[in-house]
Amino acid sequence: MIAEAGLAALWLAAGLAALQFVLMILALRSDFEAARAMRSIAVVQGVLTLVAFAMLLIVFARSDMSVLLVFENSSAVKPFIYKVAGAWGNHEGSMLMWVTILAVAGAFVALLAHRTSERTLLAALGAQAVLALGFYAFLLIASNPFARLWPAPPDGQGLNPLLQDPGLAFHPPTLYLGYVGLSVAFSLAVGALLTGEVDSRLARAMRPWVLGAWILLTLGITAGSYWAYYELGWGGYWFWDPVENASLMPWLAATALLHSINVLAARGALKAWTMMLAVIAFSMSMVGTFLVRSGILTSVHAFAIDPQRGTFLLALLAIYVGAAFILFAVRGASLKEGAPFELISRESGLVINNLILSVVLGVVFVGTLYPLFVEAVSGEKLSVGAPYFNAVAGPLALILAVLVGIGPLLAWRRERRQVFKRLTIPALLGITAVVITIILWPSMHILPRLGFTVAAYLAAASILPLIGRNPFRAPLATWGMVMAHFGIAVALLGMAANAAFTSERLAIAKPGDTLTVGPWLILLQDVTPTAGKNWTAVEAELRATRGSAVVTLKPQTRYFSDPPTETNESAIQTFWNGQLYTVVGKPDASGAWQLRLWWKPFVTLIWAGGALIALGGALALVGRLWRLAWRRRPDADWRRERYT
Amino acid sequence: MKPKNQRLVLVVAAVVALIAAALLAMWGLRSQASYFYTPADIAAGKAHEGEAMRLGGMVERGSIQHLRDGVTIRFVVTDGKAKTPVIFRGIAPDLFREGSGAVAEGRLENGTFVADTILAKHDERYMPPQLGNLSAEHKAGKTLEK
Repeated sequence: MIAEAGLAALWLAAGLAALQFVLMILALRSDFEAARAMRSIAVVQGVLTLVAFAMLLIVFARSDMSVLLVFENSSAVKPFIYKVAGAWGNHEGSMLMWVTILAVAGAFVALLAHRTSERTLLAALGAQAVLALGFYAFLLIASNPFARLWPAPPDGQGLNPLLQDPGLAFHPPTLYLGYVGLSVAFSLAVGALLTGEVDSRLARAMRPWVLGAWILLTLGITAGSYWAYYELGWGGYWFWDPVENASLMPWLAATALLHSINVLAARGALKAWTMMLAVIAFSMSMVGTFLVRSGILTSVHAFAIDPQRGTFLLALLAIYVGAAFILFAVRGASLKEGAPFELISRESGLVINNLILSVVLGVVFVGTLYPLFVEAVSGEKLSVGAPYFNAVAGPLALILAVLVGIGPLLAWRRERRQVFKRLTIPALLGITAVVITIILWPSMHILPRLGFTVAAYLAAASILPLIGRNPFRAPLATWGMVMAHFGIAVALLGMAANAAFTSERLAIAKPGDTLTVGPWLILLQDVTPTAGKNWTAVEAELRATRGSAVVTLKPQTRYFSDPPTETNESAIQTFWNGQLYTVVGKPDASGAWQLRLWWKPFVTLIWAGGALIALGGALALVGRLWRLAWRRRPDADWRRERYT
Repeated sequence: MKPKNQRLVLVVAAVVALIAAALLAMWGLRSQASYFYTPADIAAGKAHEGEAMRLGGMVERGSIQHLRDGVTIRFVVTDGKAKTPVIFRGIAPDLFREGSGAVAEGRLENGTFVADTILAKHDERYMPPQLGNLSAEHKAGKTLEK
């Protein structure tokens, strides 16, 4: 019954989405009164998808094996949290989650958006309904999550053990919220292009959504990076895996959008450009979903292998992106360009930021899709990995990080002051970093050396916007920007330190043997069998000493029974100045165990930086929402915003 | 700048960015993309020594040898037509075992494939698409043996 109720809710929601689309067409043809119902319809549609999703959670929580999806992806002996998380650890469930977030976001737009004009809002709701409709069709036709299995088997096939991890239980929802938050920016852009009302009011209505989506994407990427770091046991934090790129591409586009939308909100300029970015940002979310969900990739994440679904998703992607681009081509040229600005101005700085981010997005996009393209055309198989991405994106990212220090110092419209004088101290710090690294570590590779230099410069430059004024009277959004930019410097420092100073040791040891890695002495005390709820393992007990510090680490190799799989559970100990990372491998014939040990100085700064960036976004979001809520006179907006 | 000129400048900037991205990507792909080869490709001389590449196939039964340092292994990858010896230093991944599929990243040195990384399938259901065909051939081969 529960599964059927979920399915019925889904069908009803799809019907309402269709109705919403028809009403939008009527609304655009000036029949206003009937179209006002769209707001309520959008809300009901959101509630219905929530009901459907709740039903899926219930069948998973109850391990109802008569539902095919539960049988294929769960088992009765799993810990409860992974039973529930299993609901979205698979293709159908995650697509249901996708469309649920999409519809709920539509409902919030209908409830909260009082800032845009009524016509644009209704057009945007229509666009959101069209998006949802495609994904409803996809679920109901090609991936029904509520399909039954008869007779019901006694137990299920289990969930991939790599996914049985608290980090991964919450990683996809975070990323999906980010992906789908961008759908609101897309719908608002499409709505505004339809009505021709692209102005700073629209930008201010769009901005909290972009900011919120961007914060979640930042968190999702940071958490995903940490997950890959400790769960895969390879000691790396970013592998340029296509699935990682699938989340990076929307983030790059959203980052560009976040900056250009400020120009539109504050100055009414960059109209066409910002609309284009809003379309691209959500297109990248759909490309990401397509890459992950169609199963066309060689990747640990690609567990759905079904060409029909891939084709369906690709068709949806082509229709939505194609339609948006055609709309843009028809309407974009007629948009009046807003307030002019000079070559050296905040606006120009943001344009350059956008250009560099777009180029990075372009090269990541090409690198990610090129192997698929080549294989489709010539049948030849190739892979594009870290060497490509580091070579093309690394230098661009460093250039961008240098410019990040300059842009926020520029005034809107035209800059007449000597901005570079303010950068003296940051520049000196950067030079000091070069000199120190050359003296102490002459053989350091060029990229980490540049990383240290830029990080030292940016750490100082990023806080300049708060200097020379009363920092406590600066708007929260400015604090947010400073914190996010400072976070870039922190992350960069972590990456440089990890690249330059990591010590690695790979060796075999018998119980009683001692190994050294970096400043640590590591004694293998014992290797013992152990067991969890649905796995057995061998566990090594390592005693690590550095000076007077003594810690015990217990890395494991786990064996899961359903499905039969092994995973390496690394044991990581965090110190203020780095992490000790240990992995135990297999025994050899003589009873010695393979051990892989790393000492990674300051590696945690990478994720601390990511968290700071997201926190900066959150501060800015709170500041913006506060203003939106308390603002009385909408026409005075841009005047105040000029000074932020 | 007049609004009209401003738009022109922006459009030109966007086009320049697009071209820059395309050129950069082409340069990067030409020098950095690594091709996927099977032992048969290597036997046919398609792969060059020292070039970054991926090698895919089945780990031949009885071929895994542990060297004396305990962390280096030698094994043979086969696709049923040809064989390539592989040397790898590190902890072999989960489910890397004889008779199952593996993809190795690395380069050819004097006819031996020196692997930096080994990607084995992560569970019994997951198979890299590049190995999907091989596995089908392998199964077909087994059926013939019977």
